[in-house]
Amino acid sequence: MYFLNVLEAKGWYFLTTLLGGWPETAGVAAASLVFALIVGLFIALLRLSRWRLLRFPAVAYVEFFRGTPALVQLFVIYFGLPDTGFQPSPLQAAIVGLGLNGAAYLSEIYRAGIESIHRGQLEASLSLGMTPASAMRYIILPQAIRTMLPPITNFAIVLLKDTAIIFAVGVVEIMALARNLVTETLQSAVVYLIAGAIYLCMTIPMARFAARLERAKRAWQ
Amino acid sequence: MAPLLRIVDLHKRFGALEVLSGISIDVARGEKVSIIGPSGSGKTTLLRCINYLEKPSAGHIYIDGKLIGEAERNGGYVHLSDRELAKERQEIGFVFQRFNLFPHLTALDNVTIAPRKVLGLPREEAEARGREMLTKVGLGHKIGEYPERLSGGQQQRVAIARVLAMQPKLMLFDEATSALDPELIGEVLRVMRQLAEEGRTMVIVTHEIQFAGEVSDRVVFMDGGKIVEQGPPREVLLKPQQPRTREFLKHIQDR
Repeated sequence: MYFLNVLEAKGWYFLTTLLGGWPETAGVAAASLVFALIVGLFIALLRLSRWRLLRFPAVAYVEFFRGTPALVQLFVIYFGLPDTGFQPSPLQAAIVGLGLNGAAYLSEIYRAGIESIHRGQLEASLSLGMTPASAMRYIILPQAIRTMLPPITNFAIVLLKDTAIIFAVGVVEIMALARNLVTETLQSAVVYLIAGAIYLCMTIPMARFAARLERAKRAWQ
Repeated sequence: MAPLLRIVDLHKRFGALEVLSGISIDVARGEKVSIIGPSGSGKTTLLRCINYLEKPSAGHIYIDGKLIGEAERNGGYVHLSDRELAKERQEIGFVFQRFNLFPHLTALDNVTIAPRKVLGLPREEAEARGREMLTKVGLGHKIGEYPERLSGGQQQRVAIARVLAMQPKLMLFDEATSALDPELIGEVLRVMRQLAEEGRTMVIVTHEIQFAGEVSDRVVFMDGGKIVEQGPPREVLLKPQQPRTREFLKHIQDR
């Protein structure tokens, strides 16, 4: 009953205040997704190279970024980089940090997608006079993308939720505003539940989209 | 005149297993050569080595007198870069047992993608050529279909059209009818026969002994990574000299 009273009295105020952080949350999620999509492809192509010298840094990259907490990576970028003379803004640190971290996961999704394409596709491309790079661009990747889209969407959901840690480097997004509200009103339960509901309103449509892609993929195969 | 294809003492090893043990053969321009032999005799590997889908362990391949897949430098041989190799492969068409059509492209796009992206033809020109080639293999009415909507025989004919669109000097057929249902084999063999009659240079790995006999100028029998016997089809198929050839042909006829 108590919580319902708080919700009735302060719910609207809490919700509108928290939604003030929505552009930062959604913006960082979108920007770091794009960043991760590009860097991840690059890492995946290195990883699939036939030269060990190129494969090794890609493997090391993936191990490092998957094996250390994202928060640690953010702190290194935001608090560590200034030692080298470059001071990133909170938004820059968040986008680059989550982007580099996400690239490690995405590169594995790309790699699995590319490896799922039958070897005969590459051989047919080569036998027609394509270089391995053209074969990748015109034949392999366009097919692999259909396999990769559902896991990429799932990754985007995880990434969106992971933006909840970027308040730690000073980005004023939904969680930062929630913490402020709690300090101000001491209503932890209601404030954080509303914050959670806002995330849900974003992730549920994405999950639906992923499920639809999954069904479409099965129909195509 | 120099042979169109010359293979000199070709060896191919996979680890400790030697699949090809010193194959040498010349194929003249316009000649049709069928390669027959039991599974594991190295026929397919030989074909794949000709366009460097497999890198030979030793030996050399020449097309039109030009070394394929490698270059002579400083008295030794070096392998070519991807780009140089791709250029040489344009002249060698390869028809796969399992078609290997591109499932995300229509029949027409399957045929035009290499002329457009490899030869740099403008779209209209490539599509005109593509339509011509698909019509030639009897699929002018299927240009907009995706491979999954085509029968196996139709898919293989699209694959042949895809090779023809690159206007190769030499066509290699790797058991082109082995993955097909029996009733679909005829339509693919008809197209291959038509190509043979046009005077194209073809090397055909096949289990269709009768077809090999009718179409080829020469039949090569391989076993254990070596050429056991070769000659005009009438001699090799009807009066084989080697016991292993006789045994193989008898085995095939008993089926």
